[in-house]
Amino acid sequence: MEFTNYLVLSAILFSIGAATVLLRRNAIIVFMGIELMLNAANLSFVTFARMHGDLTGQVIAFFVMVVAAAEVVVGLAIIVSIFRTRRSASVDDANLLKN
Amino acid sequence: MIAQAAQMAAAPGGFVPPEVAWFALTPLIIVISAGVLGVLVEAFVPANRRRVVQVIMAMAALAAAFAVIVWQGVSWFGEGGSGGVVVLGGVLQLDGVALLFQGLVVLMAFFALAVVIDRTSTKQDAFSPSAASIPGSEYEELARRLGLVQTEVYPLLMFAISGMMIFPAAGDLLTMFIALEVLSLPLYVLSGMARRRRLLSQEASFKYFVLGAFASAVFLFGAALLYGYSGSVKISEITTMASTVVGGGAPDHWELLWLVGILMVISGLLFKVGAVPFQAWTPDVYQGAPTPITGFMAACTKIAAFGALLRLIYAGGFSGTPDMLEAVRIALWVVAIATMIVGTVVGATQTDMKRMLGYSSIAHAGFVLVGILSFNGAGIKAVIFYLLAYGMATVGAFAVITLVRETGPGGEVLGEATHLGQWAGLGKRSPWLAGCFSVFLLSFAGIPLTAGFIAKFSAFSAAVEGTEVLGNATVLAVIGVLASAVAVFFYIRVIVIMFFMSPAETVVESVVETVDVAVLEPVVVGVGQGVANAAHTSVVVATGAPAVVVVRSEGPSAVTITVMAVGILVLGIFPAPVLDLIARMTGIG
Repeated sequence: MEFTNYLVLSAILFSIGAATVLLRRNAIIVFMGIELMLNAANLSFVTFARMHGDLTGQVIAFFVMVVAAAEVVVGLAIIVSIFRTRRSASVDDANLLKN
Repeated sequence: MIAQAAQMAAAPGGFVPPEVAWFALTPLIIVISAGVLGVLVEAFVPANRRRVVQVIMAMAALAAAFAVIVWQGVSWFGEGGSGGVVVLGGVLQLDGVALLFQGLVVLMAFFALAVVIDRTSTKQDAFSPSAASIPGSEYEELARRLGLVQTEVYPLLMFAISGMMIFPAAGDLLTMFIALEVLSLPLYVLSGMARRRRLLSQEASFKYFVLGAFASAVFLFGAALLYGYSGSVKISEITTMASTVVGGGAPDHWELLWLVGILMVISGLLFKVGAVPFQAWTPDVYQGAPTPITGFMAACTKIAAFGALLRLIYAGGFSGTPDMLEAVRIALWVVAIATMIVGTVVGATQTDMKRMLGYSSIAHAGFVLVGILSFNGAGIKAVIFYLLAYGMATVGAFAVITLVRETGPGGEVLGEATHLGQWAGLGKRSPWLAGCFSVFLLSFAGIPLTAGFIAKFSAFSAAVEGTEVLGNATVLAVIGVLASAVAVFFYIRVIVIMFFMSPAETVVESVVETVDVAVLEPVVVGVGQGVANAAHTSVVVATGAPAVVVVRSEGPSAVTITVMAVGILVLGIFPAPVLDLIARMTGIG
C-alpha cells in the first residue's frame, strides 16, 4: 500500500479547506472549510500512525473529532446570532470594525 | 469485577493503573471543578441568587488555586525540593517555568475577574442581559427591564482559565491543542456578549472565531506533520525520535516535514499572541469585546500562549539540520521585526482607546519575541518578567476604561467613552483614575521607575548578550528600542490629552465656534510640538458628541486598579525579589 497517496490527499483537502476559509464569503461555507482542514489533519494523523505502527495518531483523531464537534456548537451559535441580527450570513457584511 | 481488575493488575503484562500525581494537578482540578459546578449552579440555584453564588465560587476557586500553586512552588523549589513534577508520563511538564506561568495566569485572572464582577454605580455589569436576544428587539428590552443577568460568564471564564493553565505546561502537541481549544472556545463566546454596541461585539466574536479556528487547524496540521516526521507528539521526543528515524535511512528531504510542521505549529501559537502577520483579529476583537473580557484575554491569553511558545522553542522540537534551524530562526526574526513595527506605527494613528491598546499589545508581543529570540537563560527570565509587567498594566488599563462612560441626552450612563478626545480633562475631574492610567501607560512605554522599564531592559539586554552558537540578536534589540521610542509618543499623547487639555465639552464648543482646531494650541503650550499636533488632531470630537462621566466602582475594580498601579511602581523600583524568585524557579542563575 502506498502511504504517500493518503498524505497527498490530506494535503489537497487541507489546501481546499484553507482556500475556502480565505476566499468564500458565506459564513457557513467558511465554517465548512475549517472542518475540512481539521479532517485533513485527521487523515494525516491516521496515515502516519499506520506508517509508524503506533496508535497515538489514531487516538489523536478521536480527540480532534470531539474538538471539532465543540467548535461546531460554538461557531454555529455565533453565526446564527449574527444572522438573526443582520439577516445575512455574508462575511463581507460584518464590517463595522474598521481602522 | 473489582477482584478481577485487581487480578489483572497483578498479572504480569496485565493492566497497570497509571500513576497520577494528584497534588500536581490540584490547581487545575480546583479551577475546572469551579467551572463544572458553575454550570450546575445555573441549573439549580434560583435566578436571583445565581450571581452571588457564581462570583463567590469563581473568586474562591482562583484564590485556592493560587494558594496551592504557591504551596507547590515552596515544596518543589524550596530546600531539597524535587524541582518539578512530570504528570501522566509527560502529558504535563510542571517544571519551574510552567509553574511560574500558571501562577501568573491565575493571579492576572483573579484581578481581571474582579473587574468582570464590578457592576459600578450603574448597577449593571458589562454583559448583555440575554446574549441570545436580537439587538434592539422587544425581547432584549424585556430582558433588560426584568434585570436578567447572564451568569454563564463565570463558568466560561473558569474553563478558559483552566485551558490557559494547561497551555504553558503541555508536554505534548495533543495536550497543547486541546488546551488551545479549551481556552479559545469560551473566549469566542465571551467576546460576543457585550451589553452595549452589541453589533460590534457579535462581529468581534465572529471574526475571532473564524480566524481562531483557522489558526487551530493550521496548528493541528503542523502537529500531524511533526508526528509523521518523528513518530511521537511529545515535544521532548520529537528531537530524540527524529534522530533515529533519520539515521535509519529515511526518504530524501524527510526533514522538510519537520520544517513545514514546526512553522505551522509556531504560526498557530503566534496567532494567539497576536504577532504579525497573524495580528488582524487583535484590534477588532479588543475593541468589540466587553471591556473586562478584553482586559482578561489581553493579559492571560498572551501569558499562556507565550508560555507554550517558550516550551515549544526551548524544550525540544528544534531537531532539524542546521540550515533548517536557521530557516526557522530567520522566520521568527522577520515576525518579531514586523510585529514591533506594525504594532507601534499603526498604533500611533489610532483614535480609539481600546483599539490603541490592541495595537500596543501587538507591539508588546514583538518585544517579548525579542526576549525569546535571545535563546539564552536571561531571555527566558526576561520573558516571564515582561509578561508580568505587561499583564499588570493591561488588566489595570482596561479596568480604568470600564469606568469612563458616555452619558445619554437624559443623563443616563451609557457605554464606555473610548474615543481619545473624550478623555480630555480626565486628569482634572478624576485625578486618581487618570494618575493610575498614566502609570499603566508609562509602564507600557517602558519609562524608568516602572515595571515596564525593567522588563524591556532585561529582554533587550538578553538579546544583545545572545549565545555562543547562534550569535546575538543585537539588531532585534536596536529595532526594539527604536519601536519603543515611537510607542512612547502615543502613550504620552494620551497622558497629554488627559492632563493638559480641557474637557471634551469645551473642546467641542470651541471647534464648533471657529471651525478651526488651531484654537487648541494654547492649551498644550509647553509640550513638544509633535505631541501637541497629534494630540489636537485626535481630540476633535464630532459635534454633539455625548458627554463623558466617570462612574464609581463598586470596589473590586478600584482595588484592581490600585493594586496594579502600586505593583507596577514597586516592581519598577525593587524588582530584585521577583527577579530572584524567577531565577530560583527556573533554575537559571
